[in-house]
Amino acid sequence: MAITVPRPKLSWRERLYLPAIVAGLAITFKHFTNMLLGRTKVTMQYPEQKWDANLPDHYRGAPALVRDADGRVRCVACQLCEFICPPRAIKIIPGEIPSTDRFAKVEKYPEEFDIDMIRCIFCGMCEEVCPEQAIFLRKDYAITGFTRADMVHDKEKLLEIGGVMHGVVLKWNEKK
Amino acid sequence: MDSFFIITSLLKIVGILFVVILPMVSYAVYAERRVSAFIQDRLGPNRVGPAGLFQPIADMFKLLLKEDFTPRAANTFYYWLAPCLAVMPAIITIAVVPFGSTLFGIPMVIADVNVGILFVFAIASLGVYGIVIGGWASNSKYPFLGGIRSSAQMLSYELSLGLAVVPVFLVVGSLRLTSVVGYQIEHGWFIAPFIGDLANPWKWLLAIPMIISFLVFMIAMFAETNRLPFDLPEAEQELAGGYNTEYSSMKFALYFLGEYAAMITGSGVIVTLFFGGWHFPGIPDGSHGWIFGLINIAVFFAKVAIMIFFFMWVRWTLPRFRYDQLMRLGWLFFFEIALVNIFIVAVILTFARP
Repeated sequence: MAITVPRPKLSWRERLYLPAIVAGLAITFKHFTNMLLGRTKVTMQYPEQKWDANLPDHYRGAPALVRDADGRVRCVACQLCEFICPPRAIKIIPGEIPSTDRFAKVEKYPEEFDIDMIRCIFCGMCEEVCPEQAIFLRKDYAITGFTRADMVHDKEKLLEIGGVMHGVVLKWNEKK
Repeated sequence: MDSFFIITSLLKIVGILFVVILPMVSYAVYAERRVSAFIQDRLGPNRVGPAGLFQPIADMFKLLLKEDFTPRAANTFYYWLAPCLAVMPAIITIAVVPFGSTLFGIPMVIADVNVGILFVFAIASLGVYGIVIGGWASNSKYPFLGGIRSSAQMLSYELSLGLAVVPVFLVVGSLRLTSVVGYQIEHGWFIAPFIGDLANPWKWLLAIPMIISFLVFMIAMFAETNRLPFDLPEAEQELAGGYNTEYSSMKFALYFLGEYAAMITGSGVIVTLFFGGWHFPGIPDGSHGWIFGLINIAVFFAKVAIMIFFFMWVRWTLPRFRYDQLMRLGWLFFFEIALVNIFIVAVILTFARP
C-alpha cells in the first residue's frame, strides 16, 4: 500500500532558504571561532599526552618476567604458560641450575624465554596459570618494531619490562 | 619596448603562477583541512612542521611517489589528457584578472584585454572538458556518471553565471576588467555602496540589484568550481569520488590542483567584479610608490583569501543538493532572477547614471 508522506507547508521565508543558510553558517562559524579561541575541548593529543596514569591496576598490557627481592628470575621453566597460551606466543627452552648455585633446589630456569608480541593477545592466561608468580601483565601497550624479529620479546627484554616485583610469595628461600 | 613588454609579462606570469597561485593552491588544501576540522571541532593536520604547515609538501611527496596507475580498459590518450585539461583553464583565467595596481609603472595584470570577462567565461567553461573526458576515458561507471553530471551542471550554471554579470557591465560600460576596478575605485564597490561618494541616492538604489547579482554569480561560481553544495560530479558518497575515481598519483593531484586553482581564480573574478579588486579605501595606488603597489597586491590576495574561506565555510555547512533540485534551482530560479535583474538595472540606468 502506498503511503503518502505529508510534506510540510513552508512559509515564503522558509522557501527562500537564505535565512536557514545564514543560520547554518552562523552555527559553523561559532564552532570555528570557539576552536580558534581554544574554547572547544578536543580529543587528547596522543603521543604528547597520555592516559597512562589513569590505567586501572588490572590493566592487561604486555606480559613480562619479574625478579624477586633477591634478584632471582622467578620463572622456573615449568612451561605451563607455554601450554596454556592460546595463540602459542610463548617459547621456553629450560636449563638446569648448577648444584653449586644458591637456588640449586629450584632445579630449572628458563635458558630462553621468548614471547612473540605479534601473536600475543594480552589475555593474561599466562599470569593466571603461573604457579610461581613469575609472569605478569604490565601496563605497556605501545609495542612496536620495524621487523618481525623486533617484535619477539626475549628474556632480557621481558625482564627489563618486568623489573623487580615486591610482595610476592617467596617459597624458595633457604629457610623453607 | 617590445622586448621590455615580453620580459615584464614573463616575469608577471612566472611570479603570479609559481610564487602566488601554486603555493596558494597547496595551502588552500591545507586550509581546507584545517577549516573543516575546526568547524567539526577537530584539530586537523597538525603533525608535519609547526601547526602542520609542511603538510602540503609532505602530501606532494606522497602523491609524487605513488604508483601512477592506468586502468587497462581506459582510453590512454584521453585518460592522460584530461587532468591537464582540468588544470589549464583554471590557471589561464588569472591572466586577465588585475591583481594589483602598478608596480614600478608596470600594470599588474598579465593581459589587459578588452574582452576581459568574455575571456574568463570562454576559458573557464573549458574546464568541463577535463572532467567529462576524464570521466569518459576512465571507462568505468562512476566516473562516467560524474562526467555526465558535470557537463549538465556546468551548462546550466554557466547561463546564470553569464547573465549575473551583465548588470555590472551595463553600469561600467566596458568588458575590460581593469576598467571595472577603475569604476569601483571612483564610485565605490558594487557590493558596498557606503564606500565612495555617499550622497548619490542612485548608487544606493543600484546596490540592491548588484547584491542580487553578486549572490547569483557567487552561487553559480560554486556550481562551476564543483564545490559543495554543488559537488555532484564528485559526490564521494554516491559516486565514490566521481570523475576522479580511477585516477591516482600525480594525475589525481592535478585534478585537485585544478579544483583549487579554479576556486582561486573564481574568487579573483568575484573580488574584481564586486569587491573593488585591489582597491581598499584610503590606500593609494602604485603610482605613489612601489610600496603601495605591493600593498595593493596584498589587498587583492587578502580579499581572495577571505573569499576562499567563504567557499570552505559554505562547503562544511551545507549538504549536497539532489540532482533534480540542482537543475530546478539553476533553470527555474537563478536563470530568471538573473534575467529580471538585468532588467531592473537597465531601468535604473535609464533614469540616472550614478
